[in-house]
Amino acid sequence: MSAGGRRVEVPGDSAGSLRVYVPGDSAGSIRVYVPGDSAACSVGADETARAIVREAAARGTSIELVRNGSRGLLWLEPLVEVEREGLRRAFGPVDADAVPGLFDAGWLEPGAAPDHPLAQGPTDAIPWLASQERVLFARCGVVDPLCLDDYRRHGGLVGLERALRAKPAEIVDEIKASGLRGRGGAGFPAGLKWETVAAAAGDEKFVCCNADEGDSGTFADRLLMEGDPFSILEGMAIAGLAVGATRGFIYLRSEYPHAIRVVRRAIDVAREAGWLGRDVLGSGRAFDVTLRVGAGAYVCGEETAMLESLEGRRGIVRAKPPLPAHAGLFGRPTLVHNVLTLAAAPFVLAQGSAAHHAYGCGRSRGTQPFQLAGNVLRGGLVERGFGVTLRELVEGYGGGTASGRPVRAIQIGGPLGAYHDVGDLDIEMDYERLVEAGGLLGHGGIVVFDDTVDLAEQARFAMAFCAHESCGKCTPCRVGAVRGVEVLDRIRAGEDREANRALLESLCGTMRDASLCAMGGLTPNPVLSALARFPEDFEGSPRAGRGSAAAMAGRQEDER
Amino acid sequence: MEAGEERAQGARSRDPEREGPRPAADPAQVAAICREHDDRPDALIEILHAIQTRFGFVPETAVPAIADSLNLTRADVHGVLTYYSDFRREPPGRHVLRLCRAEACQARGAERLAAHLTTRLGIDFGATTADGALRLETVYCLGNCALGPNALVDGERLQGRLDEARLDRLVDALCEGADS
Repeated sequence: MSAGGRRVEVPGDSAGSLRVYVPGDSAGSIRVYVPGDSAACSVGADETARAIVREAAARGTSIELVRNGSRGLLWLEPLVEVEREGLRRAFGPVDADAVPGLFDAGWLEPGAAPDHPLAQGPTDAIPWLASQERVLFARCGVVDPLCLDDYRRHGGLVGLERALRAKPAEIVDEIKASGLRGRGGAGFPAGLKWETVAAAAGDEKFVCCNADEGDSGTFADRLLMEGDPFSILEGMAIAGLAVGATRGFIYLRSEYPHAIRVVRRAIDVAREAGWLGRDVLGSGRAFDVTLRVGAGAYVCGEETAMLESLEGRRGIVRAKPPLPAHAGLFGRPTLVHNVLTLAAAPFVLAQGSAAHHAYGCGRSRGTQPFQLAGNVLRGGLVERGFGVTLRELVEGYGGGTASGRPVRAIQIGGPLGAYHDVGDLDIEMDYERLVEAGGLLGHGGIVVFDDTVDLAEQARFAMAFCAHESCGKCTPCRVGAVRGVEVLDRIRAGEDREANRALLESLCGTMRDASLCAMGGLTPNPVLSALARFPEDFEGSPRAGRGSAAAMAGRQEDER
Repeated sequence: MEAGEERAQGARSRDPEREGPRPAADPAQVAAICREHDDRPDALIEILHAIQTRFGFVPETAVPAIADSLNLTRADVHGVLTYYSDFRREPPGRHVLRLCRAEACQARGAERLAAHLTTRLGIDFGATTADGALRLETVYCLGNCALGPNALVDGERLQGRLDEARLDRLVDALCEGADS
C-alpha cells in the first residue's frame, strides 16, 4: 500500500498501533482522524478505525485515515473528525457499531449530517474546546504526533532555532522573564533552576524529564507524550543549550506502554531528521535524548528518587542538599523538570516571554493543563490560564458528576493533595491560592467524588498508599504511615475518638515537618483535610461497601 | 477484607511449589541481554524489564548472572529486583489483568469491580487462577482517569469505561483464549 510516499501501517490488532494511514487515490481526498491515544483506544478507537476503513472500502470511498492524539475531550472519545475543505468536524463518541450509520448519513460530505446524534459540529467551535487557552496543547490532537512536517507547519522548532542563535544566558533570561514555574507540583521558578544549573561547574551536565506521572487524576503528561512528543524533545534541547548539557533523559513510567512507544519513535524521528544528536539542526552543537522506563514505584516521581532509579538503583530519596542542580544524575549538575515545564520552553522561545507571561495571574504565570477526572460528567483536559475558578472547571467544563448525584468532595493535586468540599468551588486556581485554601495544585489533577464517598476511608487510603509507596529512607514516612493507618482504623471503629484524633493530628505534624520528601511530608494533606472538612465521616460507623481500605489490602496481598 | 480471609481464598489459586521447579534462566541468555545494554550498571532496570519480557518473570537464577555481567553484588541486583513492583519473581498466569484502584477510579466504582472480579474468579489480587489462565493485580493509576474504571491487560492493552458486563466479556475472552 502506498500513501503518497508516506509511511503506511494498516490498523493492527494490538491496541494503540502507532500510526495509520489508509491512502486515498487522489490528492485532496477525505481525511478522517481517529485518535491513536491510549484513552481513545481504551474505549474502542482501534475498532472504530478498522470499521471506518472497512466501510469506506466496501463503499468504494477513498479516505486518508490519520491516527492523531487526543483533543482532550475524553468524554467524547472515540472522537472522530472528518476534514473536508480545510474544516474539521467532530463526531463522538463513535463506537465501531455506529460507523455504518454515519456513512449512511453521508458524514464524509462537506457539512453533512449536522443533525446526526453524534455530530458535534466543527471541532474548533465546540464550546468546551473553544473557550480554552491551548498553549502547551495547541498541537495535541490536531497533528499527526510523529510527523515532523506537521510539527513544523504548526509552529514547531521555531523556539529551538531561536535558541540556537541566542547565547545561553539570553535563553535563561527569556525563561526567567516568562514567569514559568515547575509544573510537576512544586511550582519552583524554572528560570532560577536553569540559571543555577548553567552556573554550576561540571564537565558534563544533564537534562532530565520527569515523565513519571503517577498521581491519580493526572494524565496531561501522557496526552502530550502521545499527542505531541516533539514539543517535549524540543523543550529538552532548548534547556540543554541553555544550561550546557548535551544529554537528556526521559524517565517514563511503565504504566504508559503507548506513550513509551510514541516517545521512542519520536526520538528516532528527531535523530533521523538531524535535530537531535551530534549536530542539532546543523549548528554543530550536540544534544541527544535517552528514554528510560520506570518499574512501578510511585516515589520515583520525586526528583532525587528518579535520579537514583535512572542510575539503575532502588528509587530511594536523597537528602538535599546537594540540590540536583549542583549534583544530580551521576553526581553531575542536572536540570530536572516535569514534562509540561519542558514543553513550555519552545513556546516561550518562539513567542517571547511576554506572550507566556500574559497568561495567568499573580505569581502564577502561563497556562495550566487541568485534568478533570473521577466522577465527572465531561472529563478531560482543560488548559486555561491560572486563575480559572474550581467551579468553572468542575461545574462548567465538567458538568458535575457522571453519576448525576451531588458533588461532595474534590481532591486536587493527586494522592498528596487535599480533599476540598463544595465551599471551595470559588477558589481561583493558582499556586498561592490553593495553598491558602489548605491544599496544593500539584500537577493539576482534579478528582471529583459524589455523595457516596466515605472520606474516612479516603483518609485511610492516603495513609495506606503512603505506607505502600514509601521508599523507606526516613522514619516519619516509613513508620508514620503505618501508624496512621492504625490510628484511623481505631477512629473509624469508635475507639477513644478524641484521643486518637489528637494523636492523628500530632502524627501528621511529625510527618509533615520531618519527612525527607513530599511523599511523607504531604500525605497529611488528604488526611487532615478530610478530617477537618468532613468530620461526620469519622464519627459514625464506616459507610457500607468495599472502599479504598480493600484496595490497599489487595495491594498488600500482591506483595506476598 | 482481612488478610487471613484473603489467604484462605488464595488457597484456590495456583501453588507454584506443587508444580515442580520453576523455569530457570539460561545464564548465557541473561548475559546476552546484559551485553545488549553494554553491561552498564545504570541500565539494570532496563535489563530486568528485558528479562521479564523474555521469560515472563525474573527467574532467581538470573540474579547471579546479572550481577556477574554488571559487576554488582547479588544483593545489589536483588535489592533493585524486589524494590520495584513491576518485577515478578514467579511465572504469571498466561494473562495478567491489572485493575486500577487509585482515587479517580475509586470515584467511578473501581472497588465494586474489584469485588466482582475476586468473587467471580475465586482469587484475590496478587494471585493467579488455578488453571493458570489469569493473574489479577492492583495498579495505581493508568493515566486514564476521566474514563475509568480502567484495567491494563498483559501490560499493553488499556481498557476504559469498565463495568461488570464489559469486565466479564474481557475476562471470558482472556480465559478462553488461554485454554486454546
